[in-house]
Amino acid sequence: MNFRPIYIFGFLCILFLGYSMHIYWLPVFSKDSNDPITAEKIAAGRQVWQKYNCQTCHQLYGLGGYLGPDLTNVYSRLYESPEALKIFFKGGLKQMPVFDMSPEEEDLLVEFLKATDKSGSADPRNFHLQKDGMIQAYENK
Amino acid sequence: MKTNKLWAAQLFFCLALFLLVLGLIGGVLGAITYVAPDFMKDFQGLNKLRPLHVSYVMFWILTAAIGGVYGGLSLLSSRPLSKTLIVIQLFFWLIALLGISYAYWNGHFGGREYWEFNPIWALPIALSWLVFLIHFFHLAKGIKKWPVYVWMWMTGTCFFLFIFLENYLWLFPYFRSHFITDMTIQWKVNGSLVGSFNQLVYGVSFFVIDRISGIDSSKIGSSKKAFAMYFLGLFNLMFNWGHHIYTLPTAEYIRYIGYIVSMTEWIIFINIVYNWRKSLEVTKRFYYFFPYRFMMAADIWVFINVGIATLLSIPVLNIYTHGTHVTVAHSMGTTIGINTMILFSTLFLFFTPNSKLNKPIPPFLNFTFWLVQVSLLVFFIALNIAGLIKGLWQLDPNHDSFGAMMQRLQPYFWVFLIAGIVLAMAILAIIFKALNYLQLKLKEE
Repeated sequence: MNFRPIYIFGFLCILFLGYSMHIYWLPVFSKDSNDPITAEKIAAGRQVWQKYNCQTCHQLYGLGGYLGPDLTNVYSRLYESPEALKIFFKGGLKQMPVFDMSPEEEDLLVEFLKATDKSGSADPRNFHLQKDGMIQAYENK
Repeated sequence: MKTNKLWAAQLFFCLALFLLVLGLIGGVLGAITYVAPDFMKDFQGLNKLRPLHVSYVMFWILTAAIGGVYGGLSLLSSRPLSKTLIVIQLFFWLIALLGISYAYWNGHFGGREYWEFNPIWALPIALSWLVFLIHFFHLAKGIKKWPVYVWMWMTGTCFFLFIFLENYLWLFPYFRSHFITDMTIQWKVNGSLVGSFNQLVYGVSFFVIDRISGIDSSKIGSSKKAFAMYFLGLFNLMFNWGHHIYTLPTAEYIRYIGYIVSMTEWIIFINIVYNWRKSLEVTKRFYYFFPYRFMMAADIWVFINVGIATLLSIPVLNIYTHGTHVTVAHSMGTTIGINTMILFSTLFLFFTPNSKLNKPIPPFLNFTFWLVQVSLLVFFIALNIAGLIKGLWQLDPNHDSFGAMMQRLQPYFWVFLIAGIVLAMAILAIIFKALNYLQLKLKEE
């Protein structure tokens, strides 16, 4: 029998597309507790994060740059104080440049960082190891 | 007059080398900010330098891979290259490059990691790639039975476009208003996109090895084993990206799928070990053939990086290194050690004049080759040590401040910077020699 790579390729592509579509539909099934207005603010806050290229130096869930600390739970670390966060946005420590954010942008960025903090913990100490090699976050961070 | 079949490959490689030079400058300047906090702070320091470095280096790999694919197709296909399609492709590619440079220089960000520029510049990239895709299928129709590397090029070309477009799903409010799903898709894209350009680059390496060894490609490139490895690579491209997001609170099965699929990479690793003896024999045979030298180096870097990456895909080990410089070391090991070595091998195959092809390697080239390998190894080790120290700090129940930990990493950052400067100088010397060879080759023809 002749070997036909196209069949295997086609089969894998169908699996890949099915998996991708499933992931795109995840929000439909998610139990998102944010009301539409807050969700919109959080999304706008992420765009402020992108506009000032925060990901170059900082991380969210350990993903991003390596020069500054992970900011997933910075809101809790700064005692849930929006003002303390805003001081960092304005001031800039060490290598961090001073950004010229508008007050609206600062508010949106705070909203976004509040949401990342609420979504879970990025601190590796808050994970336990399972026998199958997987890691799992503790229920209470 | 003899026509130069490799003109498109040489053109894309020249553009790629220019981008590599810019990437190296961005990389060295960016590394300085790790040891000198005020360095270029008025220019926004690393905030602009990292995207400049990452984008130019990524475009070096993509542009050179396109060159490698064109080189292969122009020698394999019965159809001639279309000058019109190449001009259109290059036109959009250059518009994108100029736009991205302008955006970074002026701080017009708005994109995401690795693609930080304003999303408008994604449009010419997608258009250019679409033209490349059309051209690819036009040329591939002129090949009777596709060897495995043509399949790999087809996969890389199609998947790059699909995943690149997926990369911009966040522009739709539906996606960006769900933070965790949005991040899941972001890292699905980042993982698979690397897989797609690896298909292009590894396909080029298969093609080059066929050319160098002179073995009939219809035997090696069409063997069931070659296809099995290709499908394994494709399977990983599609499904292994979950290993980037073990700590993200996304659906559990996504993380498990990433974990299980990543473990199939052990097959690749075992295959390398199994073929080690055979590889050594080939190395002995072609050691003094300069384009092969880079392929040999890539083989060793594949061994190191696949081994480390597969280990780090085990979540209990990943938790120690996630978000640390071990990940940077892995990126550098793969983009420089594997991709750049394969692409250098290809460009020397296409650039070296016939009069120099089977002559002993000039001492200068031999020296720079080894300087690249040694400095890259030091660079790689320094980053790994820095990463492990950070990893242990992350898990320490009573850890001190982030700033104090970064201060302890300073000696390793100095080693990383010095090794990086030496590495950049050695690569610049190789680029200079490659262009010199191309000049001689064009004169010969």
